[in-house]
Order: sequence, then structure tokens, then C-alpha cells
Amino acid sequence: MTTVALPQTRSEPAPRRRRLNAQDGAAYLFLAPWLLGFFVLTLGPTVASLYLSFTNFDLLQAPRWAGLDNYWHMFAEDKRFRNALSVTFWYVLLAVPLELLFALAIALVLDKGLRGLTFYRALFYIPSLLGGSVAIAVLWRQIFGYDGLVNEGLSVFGIDGPSWISNPQYSLYTLVLLRVWQFGSPMVIFLAGLRQIPQELYEAAAIDGAGPIAKFFRITLPLLAPVIFFNLVLQTINSFKAFTPAFIVSGGSGGPIDSTLFYTLYLYQEAFAYFRMGYASALAWVLLSIIAIFTAASFLSSKYWVYYGDEGR
Amino acid sequence: MKDVDALIGTRPVTGGHPWRRGLAHGLLIAASIGMLYPVLWMLASSLRPEAEIFTNFSIWPASFDLRAYGEGWTALKVSFTRFFLNSAFVASAAVIGNVLACSLAAFAFARLNFRFKRVWFALMLGTLMLPYHVTLIPQYVLFLHLGWVDTFFPLIVPKFLAVDAFFIFLMVQFFRTIPRELDEAAMMDGCGPFGIYWRVILPLSKPVLATAAIFSFIWTWDDFFGPLIYLNDMTHYTVPLALRSFIDSTGRSEWGPLFAMSILSLVPVFAVFLFFQRLIIQGIAMSGLKG
Repeated sequence: MTTVALPQTRSEPAPRRRRLNAQDGAAYLFLAPWLLGFFVLTLGPTVASLYLSFTNFDLLQAPRWAGLDNYWHMFAEDKRFRNALSVTFWYVLLAVPLELLFALAIALVLDKGLRGLTFYRALFYIPSLLGGSVAIAVLWRQIFGYDGLVNEGLSVFGIDGPSWISNPQYSLYTLVLLRVWQFGSPMVIFLAGLRQIPQELYEAAAIDGAGPIAKFFRITLPLLAPVIFFNLVLQTINSFKAFTPAFIVSGGSGGPIDSTLFYTLYLYQEAFAYFRMGYASALAWVLLSIIAIFTAASFLSSKYWVYYGDEGR
Repeated sequence: MKDVDALIGTRPVTGGHPWRRGLAHGLLIAASIGMLYPVLWMLASSLRPEAEIFTNFSIWPASFDLRAYGEGWTALKVSFTRFFLNSAFVASAAVIGNVLACSLAAFAFARLNFRFKRVWFALMLGTLMLPYHVTLIPQYVLFLHLGWVDTFFPLIVPKFLAVDAFFIFLMVQFFRTIPRELDEAAMMDGCGPFGIYWRVILPLSKPVLATAAIFSFIWTWDDFFGPLIYLNDMTHYTVPLALRSFIDSTGRSEWGPLFAMSILSLVPVFAVFLFFQRLIIQGIAMSGLKG
């Protein structure tokens, strides 16, 4: 009996496997648009751009192999590259922590069970919604211009303010401010994170006599660490890629005297103003490496300061 | 939807001293007015006579002067009607392309078994990490050779090829929560994979499709970099690009019309936010979508 029964049970997977194979065709039909895009617009260009980064290429003539020249020029000779790196790093270093600090502070206040949470959250989110647009960059140009809103305000107190956007000492800070102003979107993420912290922990801590400060440092902060980490990585990558505000506020130049020459803006100029496409490709690969190194470093360091709730359980 | 409420819903209003709650509300109201002040001031200024813009700090539009809007609308060689139509066309096409192409791919990843599925999925996730600057120049060369520079194709076609892979990921996550029994029931009724996709999965996935549509719209509407690179002729300009030309073409005496057009450029995104606030907040809270 068993010998008769065996083939039957064995034969059962066979039609299923055949069905799986039949699904291959359908599946690849569903995937076709993405596959085409992946090869033609992502993988192909990625390989091509790596190749171009080792060439001189001006769009008119075929790329000419240049070996490591582009990278050599970049790291050894190009002062604008070094400047763009430093401007971008300063921007990220100032804007991201400040942005996250504001986001966390307001999220903590909002999480206290106040009436009107949805309303406040929407209000605080609006700058994030609009902030990346050209329109807001236009507004920033006016506000921090010589006869702009800020200086009109200062003149009430008899202070004659400089033109903030055309003074290399201050221009970058106006962009930092624009970024920090958009703290609403990390705030929304913080709020969601705070929601995950069980209320019982606070109640238990209160019974043990913990004050608000102890509760914050012993419960909120450690349990929120994964969310802080997520926000940090996300906002840092986004800040590295910032382009529109610097372009609009500086009129496309990255000026005054390159003080707002964001990395992406420099890349844009090299590629589409000077048509040094090979060099711009090399710049893109360096940007990719910076983002990759930063992300990897955050992940590697995260195990020392990010506590994921399920580890001990 | 319960876990969503846990993330973005409201906490029960707790007791606490009335004066402390009052203080918190006071602080929050002051802070939000401070945050929104620049935008409100731009709105109020766009409704003022030019001479008043620099001296009036109020955000209350005491006068209701629409002249700046009329002037701004026709300030460039091409009227803003054209720019808004262009933007609307590119944004709608991007929405359709993203929703369609990403949901097709997501359905394959979430529901079908096929060879090399894991490999493709890993590659798809890998593209999420790639900054677009890396593919920028070869893509430009490709579109140049196709004769697509100064057309809308470079802004639209990638969406129909699901290049914004983040939405695929988002949709895969959502599709996986739909019970497979529904697929099997549909299969009994004679549905093939496409029938299941079209009649079962898509109708049950409206929230995630809407999220993808909304963010596609906002990103495309605000996109400056793509149009800057690909569009040359002013008749092809989208609104952000037109605003940029406006800055270049005006002296410092013409902030009113520039403000007016800037305000109008924000209206569609703001309207989308008003209607779909919950989905937007949810999209950010659950997946860190850039707002």
C-alpha cells in the first residue's frame, strides 16, 4: 500500500512546480517595465558613469581614457572641490543635528497628550512640505537680502544689517536655517517613535520616584534610539543631496565666493556649465562613496548606542 | 488600520495642571506662528501694493490687491498658463507612471514565484541607495542621443519604468498584508495573475497606491533639477523653472509679482496636503518618505 501511495504524494509537488514555471512568464511580464528601467536607466548608466569617471568627455567627442587623472586632479589640485566638500560638510554638520534637536523637542511636547495634536502636527509639517520648492528659496532670497525682511526688522532697532545672502560669512547659515526650518518631517517620525514606548514604563518609573529628567534619559532616549538613528541617516543623506536652495539663493553660482557651493551644485556646474562630463562622473562616484561610508559608519556605530527592544527578550 | 492609529493617532488627553497645559499650548501656538510667519508674510505681501512690501511686517493682508498676480502671470515671454499646464502634465504623467509600473513590479515580488526572484529583489533594494547623481550623466547622454532633450520624455519615461524603486518596496510591504486566500479564491473563479492583480490586489491597496500617487505628485511638482537639465525652450518650462527665470529677469523692484507666482506655485502641493494630510503623515511616519 505504501509503495502505491508514495508516488501519489510525490507526484503532488510536480504540477505545482510546473505551475511555478508557468508563473515565470507572467512574473517577468509584470516585472518588464522595472527590468527595462533597471538595465537601461540604472545599471547601464551606473557602469557607464564609472567608466566615464576615468575619461575626459565633453559630449562632443568620444570619451578619451584618462586613467586616474580625474581623481588625481580632484584630490590633489582642485580647490573648488575641496571647498565644495567643506561647505557641504559644514552644512550637514550644522543643519542635521539642529533640525533633529528641534524635531525631538517639539515632538516631546506634542506627545504629552495635548488637545489638537493633529492640528499642531500639520502646522509644523507645512515647512517640510513646501521647503524644498523654488518658491520658498525665492522667499529666502528676499528675507535675507540687503533690503529684505530681516534687515527691515533690524532697522527698527537702528541696526544696519548686511546682505546675508551675499556676504560669504553668513550666506551658508541662511541655508542651514532653511534646512532647520523644515524639522517637521523628522518630527512626525519622532512622534511615531514616541508612540511605541509603552506608557507602563513611565508609570513604573514614577512609582520608583523618577522625575521627568530621569524618565527622559532612562526611558525615552534609550527606547527612541533606533528612531533617532533612522532620522539621522535619512536626514544626513538628504542634506548631502541638497541642491535647489543653494542654486536659487545663490543664483546658480554657489556664491558669494563659493561660500554656498554645495557638492551637488559643483557637480551640476562641472557637468552642465563646463561640460566636463568625465570629471562630473568622478564627482558623482565620490559622492556615492561619501554617502556609503557615512551610512556604513552609522550602522557600525549604531550597535554601541542604539538599543533595539527585542535584544534582551 | 489599528497599528497606523498607534503610530499617528492621538494620545488620550491627560490631566495635568491646567496652567501647564496652557503653557504648552501657548508655546506651541507661538512656535507654529513663528514657523509659518515667512510663508504667511509672502502671501500677505503678494496682495499688497509693491511699495508696501518692504516696510510692512504684518501677515494680515489689509489690502487685497491682485495686481501683482496679473502682472506676474504675464511677466515672462510665455504666460504662466503654459507653465502650469506643463507642470500639471508632467506631474500627472509621473503619478500614473509610478503607480502603474511600481505596482506591477511589486505584485510580482509580493505574489508570484519566479526564478531569480531574490536576486532581483536584492538588486531593486540596492538601487534605493544609489544617489541619482551617479546615473545622471549617462542618462543625459542616452536621452540626448534619443533626441529627448528639451522634451518631457526624460521627466516622464523613467517613472513608467519604475525607476523610483522606493514605491515598489512600499507596495510590496503592503501587498504582503493582503490575505493570500483572496488570491486563491480568485484563482478558483478563473482569474490568472493579471486578474488577481487587477481585481483583487489593486482594489484592496488604495491606501498605498494613494500614498505613492501623492508623493509622486509632490516630488514631481517641486522637482527643479530634472527640468533644469532637460528643458531648454521656455515654452516647455515647468513652474519651478519659470520662477527661476523670473528671478533672473527681474530687478529688485518687482518682488510683488514674483511672490504672487511663488504663492500660486505652492497651491497645488498645499491643496494635496489639505485633502490627504493623513496619508502623507502616515507615509512619513511609517517609512520616512521625504516630505
